[in-house]
Formats: sequence, structure tokens, C-alpha cells
Amino acid sequence: MVYLFVRPLGRIGGTKNFHAGVELRPNEMNESDTEERQRDGRVHLSMKVNGALRSLKVEPRMTLLDALREELGLTGPKKSCDRGECGACTVHIEGRRILSCMTLAVMHEGKQITTIEGLERDGRLHPLQQAFIEHDGFQCGFCTSGQIMSALAMIQEAKAGWPSAATADVTKPFATADLSEAEIRERMSGNLCRCSCYPNIVDAVVDATRRI
Amino acid sequence: MHPLTYSRAADPAAAIAAHAQDPHLAFIAGGTDLLGLMKDRAALPDRLMDINGLPDMARIEVLRDGGVRIGALARMSDVAADEEIRRRFPVITESLLFAASGQLRNMASMGGNIMQRTRCAYFRDEDDLPCNKRKPGSGCAARHGLNRLHAIFGWSDECVATHPSDVAVALSALDAKVVVRGRNGERSISFTEFHRLPGNTPNRDNVLDRGDLIVAIEVPDRIEGRASHYLKLRDRESYEFALVSAAVAVATNGLRIGSVRLAMGGVAHKPWRLTEAESALRGVSLDDVQALRTAIATSFVDARPLAHNTFKIELAQRVALRAVQIAGARA
Repeated sequence: MVYLFVRPLGRIGGTKNFHAGVELRPNEMNESDTEERQRDGRVHLSMKVNGALRSLKVEPRMTLLDALREELGLTGPKKSCDRGECGACTVHIEGRRILSCMTLAVMHEGKQITTIEGLERDGRLHPLQQAFIEHDGFQCGFCTSGQIMSALAMIQEAKAGWPSAATADVTKPFATADLSEAEIRERMSGNLCRCSCYPNIVDAVVDATRRI
Repeated sequence: MHPLTYSRAADPAAAIAAHAQDPHLAFIAGGTDLLGLMKDRAALPDRLMDINGLPDMARIEVLRDGGVRIGALARMSDVAADEEIRRRFPVITESLLFAASGQLRNMASMGGNIMQRTRCAYFRDEDDLPCNKRKPGSGCAARHGLNRLHAIFGWSDECVATHPSDVAVALSALDAKVVVRGRNGERSISFTEFHRLPGNTPNRDNVLDRGDLIVAIEVPDRIEGRASHYLKLRDRESYEFALVSAAVAVATNGLRIGSVRLAMGGVAHKPWRLTEAESALRGVSLDDVQALRTAIATSFVDARPLAHNTFKIELAQRVALRAVQIAGARA
């Protein structure tokens, strides 16, 4: 029996429930299950991350977020709630925004991943990064990489004509000109900011939408 | 998370056979619910089988009879962006757009959406509080605990949880079908029969067995589809599960309701179809608010509140009323 993995907070009743550890069942690794070469419990994996082919070896249970941070040293995507509730871990897979804490690294063999580290070009910030600085779109900065990655893909979704819950009539085509502040707030609602910089974040996104 | 092994399914028949004979194997598609359950130790599969590579399961297509077939691996965002569905079934589009966040909708599959497990905090808690859904026979902490978010219809002393899916409510109103491939071939399950009431086996959310794979959801052509609406009330304006929601689709003769389809979310262990109200609303004029209210109330005779959710009974009737009015205005 193995003991590991400490998670300090219980989810009901506040802070009273500290775990000493959780009992895990013995790992029933199946030798015949060699499709993914899991002999030592780890899987070889290659992904194109920020334009470069990267090879890594991960346990199948490792989230994409942990693989990016712990195996590839890309600490731009942040681990905050680790439950798909805050958006701080937002990255792009094949150009789409997703939450890297809610998917396993092994599921993305051969995929193109973009993190905040992949946005600058030749030392120049992406217009969206520049807009966040100019509009004071952050205080502590912990949610910022997720906000920016989310906003960038969100603008592409709007350009592709996707409606949102703020769209009055979903039966009509959505035009980029319809991307009001209310639309931006709704489309960005998956990214929480506990410093509550929302007004400035919206201003930054409005500004960047004109520049991108 | 606990240690596990991972494989990719290349062929549906082999995936179904593996799932049928291995009780510790789970299919994974988007993973947005399963990973949360695994992190909260509410699901502990030893083996994950990734079904994202299965062929022809992500398409959205119009059927010859005018219905729409949505592949089980289609992502919520793809279905929400689909122009055919937006035009013919805005209630489906809206129910998807009012759920989760842009990031999660890009990940979550349609099959996984309807397989989501309840958000009851006692079920999700890592501390193994009494929960018959999580551990049969352990009791229900919500029955006499904090149950403001829980059911008002169809609950039992063993479980008072609600189903969290929004699009399932719209699909129930439209009498969609879940197409399932299992050990004995393919079958269609009526949406209203797919999810279960808790009874004394709340650990089972739906009627699927081991070896069952959802391959598609089929929405029949419905004359009520075009004038339809999904209205969702939440504790915050966005990115939250429903307190109460209503899916309505209506066909009218002038101002009079010809036929109406009405289902509610956040009120029961499954999408709750308001069949009595659907009958009572037939022939009622959309500008007669009192008559609409009276008709809707026929479906609330058997509503039973818990200690903290009495408010839901009045709230649900008002939500149903407003949803009927909005859908009616689109007719």
C-alpha cells in the first residue's frame, strides 16, 4: 500500500478536514496493455508545444497542466482550483481554449499546444498582452495568463460567428461588430479574478479586439 | 489522482467488449466530469479507455426524415455553433451556451454531458460523507442537511440530488433519443426514459449497463422547435449550475398555444417533463397570464419541498411561465 497526495481542504464545512493521506489500491498495471508502453507506469508522449516538438514521459494520470508545468517547465499556465472552476490553467489545443487541469497529458499525443509563453514574437509582446499592461488588467497576476489565453481564443470564436449566452437571437449569424462588453463578460466568465480587475480586463479585451 | 492505465479505443466493438468484461474500466471523452470525479475520489477507475479516436462519432448531420443526429463525441461548442440547430432548435443552442464556460464547452462531449453526475456537494465531497449515490447504504447527508439546491420532484429518502445537465432538459422536452451501442447491438432510448429517479438505488443515474457506449443523440423534426427557449436561473449570472431552468418549445395558432413541450432542470434527479402542464396549456392564449399560470400549476401538485428549497416551487412556476411567454413570442 502506498500513501501519497495531500490535499489540505475539505470541500464542505470549510477548513476542518485535513487529510493525513489517502490509501491507494496497488497499481494493477497490465503488462499486456503495451499499446502505450506502460512498463514503468509511464508513457512516452510527444506534443508540439509553442511551435517546438517536445518529448516527455508521463504517468497516465498526469494532467496536461502538471505535464506543462512540471515536465516542460512552462509555469505560465497556473494551478489554482485544479477543478475546472477558475480558468487560470487555460491553454490552447489546436487553437481552441481549454482547461489544462481537466484533461490528461496522454490524451494529446501529437497535438499542437500553445501556452502564454508562446505568444510573444522576437521579444515583442502579443497585442493582447500589451493591452492588459496598458489597461491595468491585473493586480496579483495569478489569473492573467489564463485570462489572456482565454481572450485570444474567445476573439477567434466570435470571428467564427459563434453565439453566446449574451446573444439575443442565436438563430442569426453573429458578427464581430456584435462583440459588446456584455458579450465579452459572458464569454470570459470562465476566468475568475479574485482581485476583481474585471472592468480593466474587459477594457483590455475591447482594445485588443481592434488591434488583432 | 490514483494510478491508472490508459489505452485508446480504435474500434467500437472492441471498446464495448472491454467495458463489458472489466468493471474497473471507464471510457473517457472530454474528461471534464470524469477528472473532477477522480480528483474528488467519487470515481476510481483503474483503466481509462480514450474513445476520442472512434470513427464517425463527432458529426452533426441532418437525417432523411428531417431530424438531426448529433454524434456523441461532438463537443458542446460545436453543437452550439451549428447553424442548422440554431435555426431549428434554439432551445438546444441556448441550453448549451448557458452551461459551463467557453473552455469547458470546447472540451466536453455531448455523450459525456448527459452522463454527468450530480453536483450535490455531499456526493462530491472528498471526505466520504454519507451518500447513497457514492457509497450505497451509507445514507443521504443532504436529506436533512443543506438542501437548498436539491430536488422538489421525484426524490426519495435515499437521495434528493438533482441532475446537472442543461442540454438534457432541452433534449427531454424535444423527446430526443439516445442511440446506444451495446453487447447486443444498437438500440434507441427515449430521452425521458434515459435518466432514472433515485428510488432506493440512487447509485444508478441512468439505464445504461456495462458495455454500453452512447454513439449519438437523435433529435426528431419538431414543429415546436423553432419557437423555443431555454431559461436558466442561477445564483450568479454566468458559469454556474441551475437553481431552476425551463426548456420550452411551442407551436401556436395566432395567440393560442397549439402544442407545447416543457421540461425543467434543477428540480429532480432527471430532466423533469411537465406533461400535465403541456396538456393544460393547449388552447390557452399567450396573453392570458392567469390561465398560463393555472395550467403550469397542474404540474406542481405533487411537488414536495425539502427543508431549504421551498422557494423553488414558486420560482420554478414563474420560470416556466416566463419561458413559455418568451418561446411564444418567437412563434
